[in-house]
Order: sequence, then structure tokens, then C-alpha cells
Amino acid sequence: MKWPLSLLLGLALSGVFVAAALISFLWTPHDHEALNIAARMTTPNATHLLGTDHFGRDILSMIMVGARTSIAVAIVAVGIGIVAGVPLGLFAAANRGSLLDEIIMRGNDLIFAFPSLVIAILITAVFGPSAVNAIIAIGIFNIPVFARVARGAALPLWTLDYVLAARVAGKGRLRISVEHILTNIVNLLIVQGTIQFSLGILAEAALSYVSLGAQPPTPSWGRMLADSQTMISLAPHLAIFPGLAIVFTVLGLNLVGDGLRDILDPRVRRAR
Amino acid sequence: MARYLVTRLLSLALSLIVASVAIFLVIEVIPGDPAAFMLGLNAEPETVAALREELGLTGSLPERYLSWIGGMLTGDFGTSYTYRVPVAELVAARLWVSLPLTLYAMVLSTLIALPVGMIAASRRGRPADLAVMGTTQLGIAVPNFWFAMLLVLIFAINLRWFSAGGFPGWETGFWPSMKALTLPAIALALPQASILARVMRSSVLETLGQDYIRTARAKGLTRRQTVIRHAFRNAMIPVMTILGLQFSFLLAGAIIIENVFFLPGLGRLIFQGITQRDLVVVESVVMLLVFAVILVTFLVDLAYAAIDPRLRRQS
Repeated sequence: MKWPLSLLLGLALSGVFVAAALISFLWTPHDHEALNIAARMTTPNATHLLGTDHFGRDILSMIMVGARTSIAVAIVAVGIGIVAGVPLGLFAAANRGSLLDEIIMRGNDLIFAFPSLVIAILITAVFGPSAVNAIIAIGIFNIPVFARVARGAALPLWTLDYVLAARVAGKGRLRISVEHILTNIVNLLIVQGTIQFSLGILAEAALSYVSLGAQPPTPSWGRMLADSQTMISLAPHLAIFPGLAIVFTVLGLNLVGDGLRDILDPRVRRAR
Repeated sequence: MARYLVTRLLSLALSLIVASVAIFLVIEVIPGDPAAFMLGLNAEPETVAALREELGLTGSLPERYLSWIGGMLTGDFGTSYTYRVPVAELVAARLWVSLPLTLYAMVLSTLIALPVGMIAASRRGRPADLAVMGTTQLGIAVPNFWFAMLLVLIFAINLRWFSAGGFPGWETGFWPSMKALTLPAIALALPQASILARVMRSSVLETLGQDYIRTARAKGLTRRQTVIRHAFRNAMIPVMTILGLQFSFLLAGAIIIENVFFLPGLGRLIFQGITQRDLVVVESVVMLLVFAVILVTFLVDLAYAAIDPRLRRQS
């Protein structure tokens, strides 16, 4: 199978930042917490490839460590969505039209109706700003997304002959859901997971920009942008590089999502 | 239509009740005493007790919920602990920044996205289409608050066309206020316009494949006439749903963007409430925002049914 260009480009882009996050555990060009007031707000140069901030900290090192925060928050939030949402969706599909199906789907609609960022703000305001609370706030809104995708993809499968055969053979709804339905919707879930991953990166950046995400000294891209804001006229590079990191990561993940959809989603494949 | 309206109204009421209970409970589950939480660690016990009384924290859980929601319904949002004025007053003043900003951004986003999406669809696969698809792919990936900072850097700091932030107030005149809202509105609008343009493009492409389009072309209409008269109107149906959703995104986005431009809107009010632990303000503003979003979703549903009779019959 030929890999679409968008998939390759997306993997390359987002791969750079995943690699940066992983490498940052072992090595960064400088200690990301080391203050060096003498060399503060330097523009990009040979020692500091992306310059330094108002405390003289190395921007490149901070972006590398910040990638850890963004990626970890987004991945765990997607994990919450999958672990809680997919079983709900499968269950609703297996018991189509039942009261539980109705309750699950109405509940989903309700969460969809909420402005997610506002609720995330409420949650972090009440429970205190932290990376964990940001994960929970973002994760909650992933649950209905995966429940809906899982249910929507599972419903048509329940009418197919091989599912009927499995039922005739005496398999229960739960076993069919796991053995036959889930295995056939995994592709769609992967595509949706990529999209939610990129949305999670954006949400984390927004929350930490308004100081409701990871707290200092943990570096995060959103917080770096918030810190740079008052100095933007003196040192625009402080605002530009963390922003580019967000844009490239999200762009990369979106391209991966598009590319995966092209090769994994049979509906799109047929349409081409 | 009457039946449809009744079921939709019932579900609107249900959504609002569930939403308000959820918000109420989130505030209630704060470990310990909200009054003590608001006053901080060094508060005197008498002060905490007095605040408990003032906030109406002495009743049972259902009593407190009913008094809160009853107050909201009659326009009494409680009294802000830090400002010592009714929350309703605070909200009313700030609403006149957040709401115009949201609507301004929505108008910009629509004005940009619909023509762009239509042009891309009618030149599918050609350079114009590729340019639109590439730009919008990028636009979706840009966080609006970062885009706002770039706008400030270019148009306020370097070119000095706009001020970098602040709001003169509507009493100083319409145009100065609109000018102050212009950069924030652009920052909010462009990422949303990227999404909307893509939806518009695929929606127009879908309608262009329909039989009635071929009929229109066969009866002698030009390409342009077909697109404008037939494809555009039918393509608007899915676009309207997205427009409704965008209101929600733009309103939430406005909360963040207000921080970039130091605009005295609801977003600033929420964050001040959070840092000052003024939970009465936070609770009421969040409920108000959720109410606005649920209401807009409801109105879009109605408009949707008005455009497309098939939807009325289904339910």
C-alpha cells in the first residue's frame, strides 16, 4: 500500500517533537532550569540555538522539556477518552434502542453541548491548577467523542452476517462486542485518537497559557507563551518559538490523522 | 412543527437543569468549607461563619441548589465577595465586551469562510483549491491566543495601526470600541474560519455531485449560476450546524483572548474570580456561558428544521 504524502509529512513533523520529548529525558543542550541572568533574552546564537528567556534559561531546552508536558497530558487525556468512551459506545450499540443506550447517548449530547474550555476552567479552578487536573478536564470531553465514534461504527456491523453467525453460534453480546466489533472498528478509533491527540495539545496549551495547566517549574509551551507576552516587544523570539512548536506538533498530528484516514477508513478509500 | 418545538423545548429545559446541577455539584465538592476556601488559611473563625451565613451555606444541599437556581432565574446572581456588588451588575457590564467580540468574530469567520470554501470547491484540485486546503490546514493548527500575540507584535507594536490592548468603552463611541475589538476578533475568527471553509468546501462538493445540479447545468445555467443558486443554498445546511458549534468555541475562545488584549470581558471576570477565590462569580459566569451555548444550539436546531422540512417530519 502506498503511504499518502500527508502521512509521511505528518509523521516527520510530529515525530520531531515526540523525539525531542524523549531525548529531553536523557539530554538537553542546557539545563532547562539553570538561570543565567547575565545572558538573559539573548537572540538565537551558537550557544543558545533559540536564544534565552528573561531569566537566561535556554529556550530550546525548555521547548524540549515542554514537549514532554504537552504530549503526556494529551496522550493520557486520549487514553481516558478511549478507556471510558469506547466501552460505553460498544455497549450502547450492542443494546441499541434500550433505555441504557438512550441514557448514554443523551448524556453524550449533553457533554457536547458544554463549552469544553469553560468547563475545563471550572474544574481546574475548583480543584486547583495542575497538570493532572488539566488531563482530567480534557479527558472528560474525550469520552463522548469516542463513545459516539464507537457506537456509530459498531451499529452497522451488528447487522452483518458474521455477527449473526456468531450469535447463532451462541456467543453473547459482550463477547461479540469484544471479539468481532471492537477488532473491526480499531482503525476508526486510531484515526479519531490522532485527532483528539492534536486537540489535546491545543487545549493543554490554552489551559497552561491561562495558568491553569502544569505549574512552574514544570515547563509547558502555553506557560512559556504567557511569560513571553509582556516582553514581546523586546524579545519577540520568546513568543515565536514555543508557538511554532505547538503549531508544528498539531499540524503534524492532523496530517497523520488525514493520512491514516485515507488508508485505514474503508469509506474514504472507496470514495477515492 | 408544534410537536417538534415542544420536544426540543423539553430537551432544552432538561439540558439546562442537568448542566446547572453539574456546575453546582462541582463547586460543592470542594473539599472542606467554601467559605473557608474563599477566605484563605489565616481567616478568623467568626469571619468564616459570617461568610457562610452570607453565602447561604447553612441550608441543606437541595435547599442551596434551589436558592441558587431560583436566584439565577430572577436575575439575582448573588453578591461578589471581592467586589461587594451584585454579580449580575458585574456580568452585565462585561457582557457588552464579550458578546460583541464573539459576534464580531463570528461575522468575520463566516464572511471569510463561505466564499473561500465555495471557491475551493468550484476549483477542486486546482492551485486555488490546494492553496485554500494548505492554508486552512495550517489555520486549524494555530492556537488563537498565539495568533493574537503575533497580531499584536505586527499590527500594534511594529506598524502601530492598533493599540496593543485595552478597551475604551462603548460610551466613547462605536468606532473606537470596534477598533479595539478588531485584532481580538481576527485572532478568534481565523482558526474558526479555517474549519468553516473546509466544511463549506466539502459540503459544496457533495451537493455539486447531485442530480439536480446536472439538471440545472443541462437546462443551460452557467457554472457560476449553478454554484450560487443551487449548490450554495443546499450546502448551507451542514454549514449551519457548524456555525452553531462555532459560537460555543468563539465564546470560550473569547475568554482566553481577552487575557491577551486586557479586555474587561467575562473571561477577565472569571480569571479574577478564580485568583481571588470568588466562587460566586465563577459559578454564575460559568452557568451563564453554558446557558448561552445551550440556547444557541437550540436556536440552530430550530433554524435547521425551518430550512429542511425533512428534519421536522423525522422527529
